[in-house]
Amino acid sequence: MTHIKYLVAAVMLAGANIAGAEDGAAILQGQCASCHNLTGPAPATLQELWNRKGPDLFYAGLKYKAAWMEVWLQKPERIRPAGMFYPDHVKSDAEGGDEIDDSTLVAHPALPAPEAKAVTAALMELKGKAELVTAGAYTPGTLSRSSGEMLFDKFKGCLACHEIEPGYGGLSGPEVYTAGQRLQEDWLASYLRDPHAWDPKVFMPNKHINETDTRKFIDYFHLLSEEGAK
Amino acid sequence: MKVLKVIVAELCVASLLLAWSMAASAAEKAADNYHTYCAQCHGVKGNGKGVNVRDMSVQPRNHTDSKEMSARSDDDIYKVIKEGGVAINKSVLMPPWGDVFSDEEIHGLVTYLRELCQCSYGK
Repeated sequence: MTHIKYLVAAVMLAGANIAGAEDGAAILQGQCASCHNLTGPAPATLQELWNRKGPDLFYAGLKYKAAWMEVWLQKPERIRPAGMFYPDHVKSDAEGGDEIDDSTLVAHPALPAPEAKAVTAALMELKGKAELVTAGAYTPGTLSRSSGEMLFDKFKGCLACHEIEPGYGGLSGPEVYTAGQRLQEDWLASYLRDPHAWDPKVFMPNKHINETDTRKFIDYFHLLSEEGAK
Repeated sequence: MKVLKVIVAELCVASLLLAWSMAASAAEKAADNYHTYCAQCHGVKGNGKGVNVRDMSVQPRNHTDSKEMSARSDDDIYKVIKEGGVAINKSVLMPPWGDVFSDEEIHGLVTYLRELCQCSYGK
């Protein structure tokens, strides 16, 4: 019994040894920097955009929710159905249309829980372009699912590139049905207002979404996430 | 002489800065812009069958269709790229790209689309 106690204590200590942001920063540099930009700036040319292998992380602490990140790193699932840059992952179907070539998509490595915690802590310290975010920019409102979908699809046309539920919507952009649990609201408000201030060459158009609709978009993302969690 | 050297040095710095700023905002090639931004809906072949079309309520324009494309003037094509489908009473699914492309790049895309359809307005 004593041996078991020692063993449990040793495991806990090992976990504690890699739980801090400092350790996470080392993991980021060692394992993540080859695919993710940790320092900025974002791609300024198409060539740089094409070379990007994973999302820029130099503002991860403003963009992602820590609770989501820590869980996701342990069991990563694809967020962009067509990969980071869709032309690299499409092939022609029988009728000459484009479809995703799954064989070209690479799975994101999973991290053990202590490393996921440490990396999340380190990511939360990366706050490049903080001047673009206004704390408290988003204030929660209420919105029906149908109103949100009307805005997202019929009025703004965003469904063209984003899935609002698994298997429904466009594929070149990231899914939005997990955005509510994945993304910080004040960052979303800033990004929706001007995506190119964050990512000058990103293939998302600026729809000039006003403040009221920005709030509705984020409310809608929350609704989708809540539905997905049920 | 000393004043002249300073002026020459300042001109050199100004030239370098100008060259740098021009390079930073250099226009991308039309084909590269098309395959980065337009192909997600209009397809890598320009046939209107991009990876996003599955659930679209309005299908994207087939840019290789000379009959359809010859019905649009260059001005209309320029306008729809810059301001989006709504600007010419077409679908909201065609977004405005005026914040992404310079006017020069949009003109380049109009020329590129004419190459894809092998057509011109009315012909």
